[in-house]
Formats: sequence, structure tokens, C-alpha cells
Amino acid sequence: MSTTAAVRVFLRRLPVDPLGTLLCAVGALALICLPFLVFKANRIVPGDPVDLAQVLAPAPLAAAALVLAAAGLCAVFAAGARLRLLAGLAGIVVIALVAAAGADVLTPAGNRVVRVAPGAGFWIALIAMALLATDAVTRMRPRPVVRVLALAVTVLVVLAVLAHGTFDQLSLMREYAAHADRFASELRRHLWLALGSLTAAVLVGLPVGVLCHRVPRLRSAVLSVLNLIQTIPAIALFSMLMAPLALLAAAVPLAARLGVRGIGAAPAAVALFLYALLPVVGNTVAGLRRVSPAAVEAARGMGMTAGQVLMSVELPLALPVILTGVRVALVQNIGLVTIAALIGGGGLGSFVFQGIGQTAIDLVLLGAIPIVALAFAAALLLDALIETLRRGAAP
Amino acid sequence: MIQVEHLVRRYGERTVVADVSMDMARGSMTAIVGTSGSGKSTLLRMINRLVEPSAGRILIDGRDTAAEPPHLLRRRIGYVIQGHGLFPHRTVAQNIATVPRLLGWAPERIETRVRELLTVFQLDPAQYGAAYPHQLSGGQQQRVGVARALAAEPAVLLMDEPFGALDPIIRAKAQEDLLAIQRRFGTTVVLVTHDIDEAFRLGSRVAVMSEGRLLQYDTPAMLLTHPADPFVARMTGVSDRALKLLSLTRVGELRLFPVEAATAGAAEPRIDASLSLREALAELLWQGTGHGIVCDATGRPLGRISVADIAAHGRGP
Repeated sequence: MSTTAAVRVFLRRLPVDPLGTLLCAVGALALICLPFLVFKANRIVPGDPVDLAQVLAPAPLAAAALVLAAAGLCAVFAAGARLRLLAGLAGIVVIALVAAAGADVLTPAGNRVVRVAPGAGFWIALIAMALLATDAVTRMRPRPVVRVLALAVTVLVVLAVLAHGTFDQLSLMREYAAHADRFASELRRHLWLALGSLTAAVLVGLPVGVLCHRVPRLRSAVLSVLNLIQTIPAIALFSMLMAPLALLAAAVPLAARLGVRGIGAAPAAVALFLYALLPVVGNTVAGLRRVSPAAVEAARGMGMTAGQVLMSVELPLALPVILTGVRVALVQNIGLVTIAALIGGGGLGSFVFQGIGQTAIDLVLLGAIPIVALAFAAALLLDALIETLRRGAAP
Repeated sequence: MIQVEHLVRRYGERTVVADVSMDMARGSMTAIVGTSGSGKSTLLRMINRLVEPSAGRILIDGRDTAAEPPHLLRRRIGYVIQGHGLFPHRTVAQNIATVPRLLGWAPERIETRVRELLTVFQLDPAQYGAAYPHQLSGGQQQRVGVARALAAEPAVLLMDEPFGALDPIIRAKAQEDLLAIQRRFGTTVVLVTHDIDEAFRLGSRVAVMSEGRLLQYDTPAMLLTHPADPFVARMTGVSDRALKLLSLTRVGELRLFPVEAATAGAAEPRIDASLSLREALAELLWQGTGHGIVCDATGRPLGRISVADIAAHGRGP
């Protein structure tokens, strides 16, 4: 037996989880070598690493270290998905609570200038634990309903904890408190831009996709144009739309009254609509092509009209593939809306770019973290919907 | 009955169906046989206007099919295709209910009809009604396809290579079932196939097509004994045409030499009256006796049959 083969056999027999080992190693290294909390005199300066041992009492710190060590051991050795999920969740809770406790101790009472920010060690360890938990959930293969319920519970718990004020002294929540008046409206605007442009793209893209399926010559032309649009960088497309929309607003008073201007939400919405068209049209065509020709032939042969064939055979059978396109478009849109802030379109991106301008990293995160969470939730919801549709009738 | 009059279908320069005229009697089963590209499927699809004729017309019970919108015409005509074409996102019961729902039948009437058809096709309604097509075997899917085509009690049933995707054993069973169903409902069946044995087995009359033309339209026996054309002779098979002829007649249809029960020796093989002459001959050759006793289903002797009697029926004209 060659050496490599022997090593491979040894590794396979070892009761060790490769991903868990990697996550455990990365998390442990981050906690040991990188700062967990950073103390800043104000929100802009870089700040100094905090030594947790001098801040927290030994007993709770030791308890936290024990829980994290146990979670790490589970990540490496545990085979059961439930236990691994529990370890990941426990890790997340402990890391968050230690950070909150540190911030509470470090912040002088009534001081609104000092910031206690999570450091690189906090973030990397938190992400390692989150990956451990999501990997465990994936292994449990929960039904779509269960996944949606789990998402709802997670959202409710996070909102409740944030509302309770546990983390109010952490820099991120201080930043939120400073911008609380704008946060809700920017969040609404972000969702409105992402979902509104997607709805328009579905309303236009679905009929265009059906038409492309029926007329093969149209198909290649339309898809080429949409592909071309997709290659234009977002910021370039925004600026390309500014002049025509400004002209439109100048020429048509009604358009101006409806809020169409060269900058702002109008060019952003149009650009997002154009970007979302490709996944919607492309997947509509792909979905319709996948429908069994025999089913369509039988439907026509039994006396369905062209509309009945489309509505009760072709579209239902193509729906999972079409929704996959909608999912791609939605996640893509939620991310792209961020850039709309650059041309005055608003949305959570305005925090990101304001934060970059002020070198206030907490403000950047205040915009970025909800965007990532929204994209994740949107993907999860649509995946669950698609899987439910697919389960009814397999191939 | 179906009257096809001077039917033509052209695609640009190419003529796929060239001046075909034929009548299919009410309650009969007609098989259209030909090689691929002979125009047989196009001819069939012109009957329910999935393909519009370039010239000529089709009358069903005296009414020109061009007189009503195609989708309404098709709801009155059953249609079965190769690979069944069941809707994968609908249950077996919903699949069968397709045409009755298009016709706006009352829900109770649809339910009764679906249950009746499932029973006729030997599928337990409780077990299979709510199942999806992919949960069924190939033979069951094919039966559901036929049941769906018959759901609205059509007077005419069109079948395009309906058994093409089935393996030989299941196919033989499906053919038998079709004959029984056709007798039960009295449906006029037009069936397209490339398999001449299937055509002879199912068709009371067989139409042979080649390159868009109808070469001969006759009973299987006439096709074998009096082929109108060298192509028909090749299609029906020259080397085994005697045996094919034998397989068209059942033993029970012969005039048999009467036999007294006492003289029916135990050594003589018993031949079931429902066997074809071909099967009876094979049995007698296998047993090596040269003759046997023909019995009905209850085992009562009907008469004696010999290899020579059978051989006489295989003689050409």
C-alpha cells in the first residue's frame, strides 16, 4: 500500500469532521490571535484592542471559554446534526453575550462619544459558528415549511434581543440609535426598489419569455441584448440612464410630477428592472423548453385552446425553473440597490457610502449587514417555495 | 363513420399526404401502417385537425370537421400518443378528468366517470386516483393515457403508436385490453403503427401507406393474399405470409370433424378453440401427434383438427 493511500484510509477512519475541524481551528485562532473587542475614543479613530481578562470577571469569562471549547469539540468530533446545530447556536449566543458584556463595562455611563466595536476576532469566530449551524441545518434536510419557520423564529428572536437593549452599548447599535429615524425609511426604500423593479421585470419578462419560446428567431436576439445589458457595470448603467430620464422629465411634465428625474430612484429602478429581465426571461424560456412535448401535444389533442395549454400545462410545469430565475433576480436586486445610493436613489446603501465617506466602519456595517440578511432571507424563502412546487410532481 | 375525401397535405414543395380517400366504418378498428415518413401520423392528425389539410375534407358522421373550431372538435375525439403524454403535475384522476372538465361536466359526474374508467382499466381508484403519473409503471401510465382519451365518451378514438414505448409482454396485454374496451364502448378506433403484426392483430381493416400515398386499404387476409403492390407484399412479409394468414383465424371458426367423447383419446393434445390456427399448428408440431381435439373454454370437445386441415388455410390464392 502506498503512503498516500495509507494516509487516506487513516483519515477516513478518523472520527473527525473535516469542515468542523477547519471551522474550529479558524475560530480558535481568531479568538486567540485577533482582537475580540476594540475600544475607540470616538466613532472615526481606529481604536485599540481590548484585553477581555482585564474587563470581565474571571468566572463568566471561564464559563464562556468552556462553552466555546465544547462547541469546538462538537464541531470536530460530533456526528449528529442536532448536536452540531446546538453547538453552533450556543457559540453564537456566547460570543454575542461576551461582546455585549464587554461593551457594557467599557462604556462610561452617559458617554455618547466612546465606541466599543466588535473586532476581527469576534466577527471571524461568529461567522465560524454561524457556518457550523447552517451546515448542521443543511445536513438535517428540513422540509421547506420547517426552514421557513426556522427563519421566522430566528428573525423574531434577533429583533426581540435587539429591542430588549442587550447590545445597545455595542458600536453598531450606537450607530443605529444615531440613525434610527432614517433606518426604517431607508430599509423600506431598499425593499421597495428591489421588489418593485423585480415585479416590473416579472410582469414584462414572463410574456417576453413566452414570446421568445414561441418565436425561436426572437429568442436569440432578445437574450443577446439582455446578456449585453448584464455586462454593463451598474454604476455605468445608472449614469447612462440619467440623461434620457432627465430629458423625459423635462419634456413630459406628468413624468416629472410622478418623480421621474435624472438622478434619484427613477434611474435606479429602471436599471434594476433591466438587470432583472435576463434571469426572468432566460429562465422562462429554459423552463418552457423543458416541458415535455408529449404533454403539450396531448393537451392540444384533447381540445385545450392555446391559452389553456399555456396556463394549465406549460406555465405550471415551467414554474419551478421560472421561480429559480426570480430568485436569482431578487437576490441580485437586493445587492444592486446598494449602489443606487450613489445616484441619490436611497436605500441601505446610503449608510454604506456615508460610512465610507466618514471612514466610520460601524455605519458601513449598519447598511451592509441588513442587506446580506435580506438577500439570505429572500433566497431561503424562494428556495422553499420552489422545492414545495417540485415535490408535488417529480420529473 | 369517418369519411376521408381526397386529403392532401403539403409542406412547401414536399407532399406528405397525397390524395388519400378512405372510409372507416362506425365501431370498427382501422390500423394505418407504414414506414416512418409515410405520412400515416400526418393523416391521423388531420382527422382532429392538429394538422390542417392542404386540400380535401374529412366528414365524421356526415359533418365536415372544418365546420367547427378545432378545439371543440378535438374535445369530441379521443387522442392517445406514444409515451402517453400524461400531465406530470396532475394526479391520475385529474388527468382523466381533463376533457370532461373542459366540457364543463358537473363534478359528481366527472368523479363517477373517473372511477368507472379506472375500474375498467384495472386500476384501483382508491389506490391510483390520487397518485401522480411518475408513481405508475409504464403499462399503467399507458392505460391511464387511454382512459383519459375515453373520458368524455368520444365516438372516435385516434391512437398514434400508442404501444410503441411498451415492452413486448405488456404490449400484448395492452392490445388485448384495447380490443376488449373497443368492443365494450363501441368506439370507432383509428390507430397508427409501424408494426404490421400489431396492425393485423388489432385492425379489422388495415391501410398501408408509403410516401404519402395510400397503397391498399383492406382486410388483413386480403392484404396477405392479394397485395396490390410489391411494397405491400414486402410490408406484410413474403417469407412468413402463410403463417400470418394462419394467425388471422381462430380454431373455433373452422368447420371441425365431429368427434364422440368416447373416441377422444387421452393421448391426443387438447387445443383451445380461442387459439389462432398458427398457435394450434405450433402446438401440434410440438406434440408431434399430427392432430388434436379442439375444446371450448369449459373443456368440452368440439371436434378434431389435423395439421393438414390447418395447412390448407395457409395456402395462397
